[in-house]
Amino acid sequence: MSPNATLNSALAVDRQTKDRLTKDLIVYGIILAIAGLQVLMAYHTAPGKQLLVQMLALALVQGGIAVAFFMHLRDEKRGLILALIPTTIFVLVMMNMIWSDSFRLFRMHP
Amino acid sequence: MNTLRTQPSYAASGGTLSEANVVMGGHGNDAMEARPFAIPSKKLVMWLFIISDAVTFGAMLFAYGYLKNASPDWPAPFRFYPSIFNVLLMTFVLVSSSLTMLIAVRHAKAGDKTKAIRWTYLTAALGVLFAVLHLREWSGLTAEGVHMFSNPWGSPMFGATFYSITGLHLIHVLGGVIALTVVGTRFGTGRYTAADLELGALYWHFVDLVWMFVVPMVYLMNIAR
Repeated sequence: MSPNATLNSALAVDRQTKDRLTKDLIVYGIILAIAGLQVLMAYHTAPGKQLLVQMLALALVQGGIAVAFFMHLRDEKRGLILALIPTTIFVLVMMNMIWSDSFRLFRMHP
Repeated sequence: MNTLRTQPSYAASGGTLSEANVVMGGHGNDAMEARPFAIPSKKLVMWLFIISDAVTFGAMLFAYGYLKNASPDWPAPFRFYPSIFNVLLMTFVLVSSSLTMLIAVRHAKAGDKTKAIRWTYLTAALGVLFAVLHLREWSGLTAEGVHMFSNPWGSPMFGATFYSITGLHLIHVLGGVIALTVVGTRFGTGRYTAADLELGALYWHFVDLVWMFVVPMVYLMNIAR
C-alpha cells in the first residue's frame, strides 16, 4: 500500500470515529433533555393518571434510545431483537393482570 | 477414528486452547452448532441476563405502583431541593458514565488499549460518584424519619418499597463498578479482549436504563407540592 493510501485510510478511520462521537453526543444530549423534560412535566401536571402516562411514555422513549444506540441493539440481527423485546414486553404486560386488584383494596369493592 | 483436531486459526495464532476450541473427531463439522443470532455466546448470555433483570426491576416497580395505588395516604416527600436536584445530578452522572463507557469500547475496538482503560476507569469513578450521591440522598431521607417500615407522613410501606428498589439499583451500580474495574484491568494485561469490555459496557448501559424508569416512577410521581 502506498503512503498516500495509508494516510487516506487513517484519515477515513479518524473521520468515522469523529462522526460516531458526534452521534453519541447527540444521543446523550437527547437523553438528558428528556430527563429535564420529565422534571418540568412533574411540576406542571397534577398528580394522577395523566402524569403517570406522560412519565411512562417519556421513560419508554428514553429507554428505547438507550437500548438502540448505547446498547447497539439496532445493529444486531433482527432475530435477536424479535427474540428479546416482544418477550420482555409480554412478561411485563402480563404482570399488570392483577393491577385492578389494587383498586379493589383502595375502594374495598371491585 | 476418534482423533482430536484443533481449529486452524487458534493453532496458527499460537494461542492457548480451551476445551471449547477443540473439536472431537468422528462427528465432523456437523457437531459444531452455528452461533445463535450471529453473536458470541457470551453476548447472548449477557442479553438474557439483562432481560431477566429487567423483569425483576419491572416486578419491583409494579409492586411499588400497586402499593401506592392501594394506599390512601402514600407519602410524597421529595422536595426540589435536596431530593429532585440530587436525582437530576445522579442522572447526569450515570448517563455521562454511559457515554464514557461507549468511548472506552470504541478505543478498545480500535486497539488503543491505554485510552480504553482510562475511559473504563473514568466510568467506574462516575459509578462511585453516583453511589456517593445515592447514599447522601438516603441519609437525608433517614434524617427526615423515612425508615424501612415507618415514616412521619403515611403508609409505612413507602420506605420498604423505596429502599428496596433504589437499594437493588445501587447494588447493581456497585457490582458494575467492581466488574468494570476488573475487566478494565484484565484488558490492560491482555487477559480480556475488547469483546469482554463490550459485555461490561452492555451491563453498565442496562444499569443506566433501569435508572431512567426508577426516576419518574419513584421520585417524580411523588414530589412534594
